[in-house]
Amino acid sequence: MAVKFDLNEREVWDGNYAASQALRQADVDVVIAYPITPSTPIVENYGSYVANGYINGEFVMVESEHAAMSGCVGASAAGGRVSTATSSQGFALMAEVLYQASGMRLPIVLNVVNRALASPLNVRGDHADMYLGRDSGWLQMGAFNAQEAYDLALCAFKIAENASVRLPMMVHQDGFITSHTAQNVYPLTDETAINFVGKIQPIDDMLDFSRPITYGAQTEEDWHFEHKAKQHKAIMDSMPVIDSVFAEFKEITGREYNRVEKYDMEDADVVIVGLGSTVETARVAAKNMRETKGIKAGVVAIRCFRPFPYEEVREALKNAKAIAVTDRSSPGGAMGAFFNEVSAAMYTSINRPIVTNFIYGLGGRDFSIEEGERIFAEQQVHADAGYITTEIQQFSGLRGPKLAFFKTERS
Amino acid sequence: MVEIRWHSRAGQGAVSGAKGLGDVVATTGKEVQAFALYGSAKRGAALRAYNRIDDEQIFNHAKFMNPDFVLVIDPALAFSDNIIEHESPTTKYIITTHLSKEELIAGIPTLEGKEDRVFTLDCVQISLDTIGRSMPNSPMLGAFVKMSGMFELEYFLENMRRVLSKFPQKIIDANMEAITRAYNEVK
Repeated sequence: MAVKFDLNEREVWDGNYAASQALRQADVDVVIAYPITPSTPIVENYGSYVANGYINGEFVMVESEHAAMSGCVGASAAGGRVSTATSSQGFALMAEVLYQASGMRLPIVLNVVNRALASPLNVRGDHADMYLGRDSGWLQMGAFNAQEAYDLALCAFKIAENASVRLPMMVHQDGFITSHTAQNVYPLTDETAINFVGKIQPIDDMLDFSRPITYGAQTEEDWHFEHKAKQHKAIMDSMPVIDSVFAEFKEITGREYNRVEKYDMEDADVVIVGLGSTVETARVAAKNMRETKGIKAGVVAIRCFRPFPYEEVREALKNAKAIAVTDRSSPGGAMGAFFNEVSAAMYTSINRPIVTNFIYGLGGRDFSIEEGERIFAEQQVHADAGYITTEIQQFSGLRGPKLAFFKTERS
Repeated sequence: MVEIRWHSRAGQGAVSGAKGLGDVVATTGKEVQAFALYGSAKRGAALRAYNRIDDEQIFNHAKFMNPDFVLVIDPALAFSDNIIEHESPTTKYIITTHLSKEELIAGIPTLEGKEDRVFTLDCVQISLDTIGRSMPNSPMLGAFVKMSGMFELEYFLENMRRVLSKFPQKIIDANMEAITRAYNEVK
């Protein structure tokens, strides 16, 4: 029997501590880890909970992130509830095994504390690692603060392990900005949390010797395509499960989550569309624009990055006039990947609003309320003109001469 | 919204100080943020930590702020770091130093004319006397309690005892003494 962990109704936790408490409360069986900044405390804390008897689990230290995710694949295939955490270079080293995990339909929960990818070496937050995972066949959700890192980690087990989903899931939080920022967090009691998440119901577990099965078989061209298509369909079909888990979570906590979050969108003309902690800073900027400039500004945030909520994005932005889509990852010779996704959703809508792209915050560069306000004001100029008055892609918060690319083709 | 910026060196406890302060403030029903900016900083490297305190949930995640309080817990950083960065006309400074306020301001021209907003005490000496090693974060908390008027000293001490509860009683007592002394000595 695990030792009782004393919790207050209101705690002051950073995102890492919050995520590690979710792993404890979800009664995770196995964490296999190779620690990396800024996600280290998540697995470190889990290890200490095991060592101090707060949880009956296994903490396994391995020699690399590749081995960590490989171990998670084994433990999950064996039927356990499995989780780990990583960031940046560690995530990159895990990449090969991420595809193995999703292809084998193993419901592992990976806490990703977003951090820039080297070179140059940088421990601060941007979304380069998150983007690296976007085609890996994992579900991906983003937390904007410590409370959400906790809440979504609990939801993730329930979604990933659902019999009709059975897919691995990443819960993202921004390195340092969320992972190392302590804020008020209102945890569930241990009992409420485990009742919500439930016990894992193993499916085709390898330790069921009465029913031997194979994981990771070779298929070549005769079946590979059908497997990948099924996997894609499973990801698409996870949407109603995610919605129902969020609905259940709201019932017990009052805290509401949606695959697409909308703030001040009832009558918004100009919109910032974002991911991660920046969303909350942009909300303050939108409020200021309404109060001081009379500009109808709003914010749309993507909670669920995979499966990408095309229909909900279209619905959220149906009355918008000018939209700034913000990418916190170096685009490497293209428009921002997130811009492309939002643009794809909006191009196929009746109302095709103006959409521009801002690359910002790389390597942890600060995103201020003032910069948010500047972006809103620029969207208002586009909206009033009826066309894009600047380049389509701009860099925000960059020192030195302005960097911007692509102009609208206008005859 | 009250915004606080700590100037410290890695190892002096600004991060723990900011988190401890946040923890106590949260018990009064307020919403708090405590964060720090450090990269691969080694012990002794200059770093900054931050607090935000508000009645409503804090959505601003930018490091940029016009601080209401600047807390300097390393004596040399008062001279070498830009402690007045993004100040407002009402920013209050609490600076650890063995100098008198007049001597300190004479050495830092950017503080001239702000005598009524600059407060000093020797957090390093107080922590040496009470805790037994240089740990200037606890004394700075005592000085902040006094200058901010945010809570009564007794209330703060009672809650800090809870924050520090994982430490041996001797260390808790020493910290309480450090906070109390700083509360009485800051001027």
